[in-house]
Amino acid sequence: MRELTYREALREALREELLRDEKVFLFGEDIAEYSGAYKVTQGLVEEFGHDRVRNTPLAEQGVAGGALGAALVGMRPVAEIMYIDFSLLALDQVFNQIAKFRYMTGGAVKVPLVIRTQGGGGRSAGLHHSQSLEALYVHIPGLIVVMPSNPYDAKGLLKSSIRDDNPVIFIEHKNLYNMNGDVPEEEYLVPLWKADVKRQGDDITVVATSQCVSLALQAAGTLQKDGISLEVIDPRTLRPLDEKPVLESLKKTGRIMIVHEACRTGGYGAEVAAIVAEKAFDYLDAPIKRVTALDSPIPFNPRLEDYVLPNEGDIVNGALELMGK
Amino acid sequence: MEKIDNDKLKEIYRTMVRIRAFEERAIAEYRKGNCPGFIHASVGQEAIPAAVCAFLREDDYILTTHRGHGDIVAKGARLDRMMAELYARETGYCKGRGGSMHIVAADLNMLGATAIVGAGVPIASGVALGCKMQNLDRVTVCFIGDAATCTGAFHEGLGMAAVFDLPVVFVCENNKYGMSTPQKDYTKLETLADRAKAHAIPGVSVDGNDAEAVAGAASEAIERARNGKGPTLIDAATYRYHGHHMGDPGTSYRSKAEIEEYQKFDPIERLQKCLLESGVITEAEIEGLRGSLAKELDEAVRFAAESPEPKVEDALENIYC
Repeated sequence: MRELTYREALREALREELLRDEKVFLFGEDIAEYSGAYKVTQGLVEEFGHDRVRNTPLAEQGVAGGALGAALVGMRPVAEIMYIDFSLLALDQVFNQIAKFRYMTGGAVKVPLVIRTQGGGGRSAGLHHSQSLEALYVHIPGLIVVMPSNPYDAKGLLKSSIRDDNPVIFIEHKNLYNMNGDVPEEEYLVPLWKADVKRQGDDITVVATSQCVSLALQAAGTLQKDGISLEVIDPRTLRPLDEKPVLESLKKTGRIMIVHEACRTGGYGAEVAAIVAEKAFDYLDAPIKRVTALDSPIPFNPRLEDYVLPNEGDIVNGALELMGK
Repeated sequence: MEKIDNDKLKEIYRTMVRIRAFEERAIAEYRKGNCPGFIHASVGQEAIPAAVCAFLREDDYILTTHRGHGDIVAKGARLDRMMAELYARETGYCKGRGGSMHIVAADLNMLGATAIVGAGVPIASGVALGCKMQNLDRVTVCFIGDAATCTGAFHEGLGMAAVFDLPVVFVCENNKYGMSTPQKDYTKLETLADRAKAHAIPGVSVDGNDAEAVAGAASEAIERARNGKGPTLIDAATYRYHGHHMGDPGTSYRSKAEIEEYQKFDPIERLQKCLLESGVITEAEIEGLRGSLAKELDEAVRFAAESPEPKVEDALENIYC
């Protein structure tokens, strides 16, 4: 099969949707000639023009609010917020306006918009360019939160997000943009609200998001030599979570580990752990395990950053602990 | 500035009377305990929405604030569905999910009241952008209060409207206080219209209690927007008779003398006097208007009171499509 990078897969999704539906347009800071900080929108302004690949002022509230307004009158904006760290500047629009608009009208309107952004550390980008803030968005009813972990999902999920009539927070990972993977030539969609079992296994259910899916798959390879078999599940849509595959898997394995790059307290892992405790407590043969970043800002120094962020070794050690080894 | 014709002035007058009658009844119902939550009344400010909306088409858009009853009525809202929303009933504009501060009447292209001060400004720019991109010659009016001009959202929205030449008019219903804080305590500017200078768009100051003056400024700005010439900021000076909301007497930061002084320039009385003197309207017509409004409001209150509350089992509807 054809291989594309995660970046190329995202770009292809945007291009296909821009071609398919004239209501779709891209909206954000430095997305035209500059092509975005991570070059996802490269070539699109040349093909679609500045109206539909529209640079905005440096004003995240303006970007989010503007996208909402355009969505209310029939457009399907795909806004880009350069770093998830910067998305905090838009939170009033996202939490108070975008997420609530449909509910507030008793269902009279739809808010079909996507906010693309990216997060994650590992590049010494420092405290304001490295965070994993998905849990903030997951907390808000009315938002759909998506985190693709490979090129295939990135393309299919982005296309589905653009076609969905709900607001979608689409969180990419800066370290995945160069990741290669199979992406078919023919058109496909990856459904929202649906988890994916990335690897089948018998001993431990691992729920991992974004880049941590790759870490978990690596760890699964390592642990296979020790006779420990991981089942790796990627929720893909974090909110609303597709609980069933997670609970089904746990019934088989009796052990669960949640892996994410965000820091621990109040993180997504806490939510998954709570769901498991509420709904599948009797199936647990061991305490729920979380592998996350330490509760710390992301330091600039590479050695400190490595120390704070979770890695494959942490997953391996966590698995050994869960197995009582 | 063009002279506003008599029919238009009469229409504006009727809308002003309608707004005040609605709000006075809403306050009465609130005080009886029939409406939960808060009510932020705009009594005293009616000339602005009435005169602005008189120049809008049905397919034009408005956005408003927590103090938005007047703006929504001026855009053509039904009083019974408004009252039902204040009563938190299923027949209200938002099926009782929004309330006084969050009324959206999508069928009237009234795209929402927000209780986050200033937040409507970038949304309005987005609405105008959406219209422009679809080649719809619709104008968006964004009503805001004076304190909203302090927010980042205001400047982000104005900046976007300016650089994209968007068909939007920002109307500041300047009642001189951000809740309790007077203008001199939140800005060094003499006039809030000067906020427009930062974005190189026209900023216009008008006496917001002079319906004819508001009409002149609004018709010009709306026409400008419709003709693709970009946004305008109108700073319309007015005064709110009540406190910030119905639980605030409004006298800890304003003297009784000040409140009484401003009431001498009541916008409805001013326009009424002018229309009577010029023979555009008669005492009998005014009586008739007030009588029919009283009846319509009695009916609106009955409709609201008899309407069902939303069912608890429907509380989680419409969070997602």
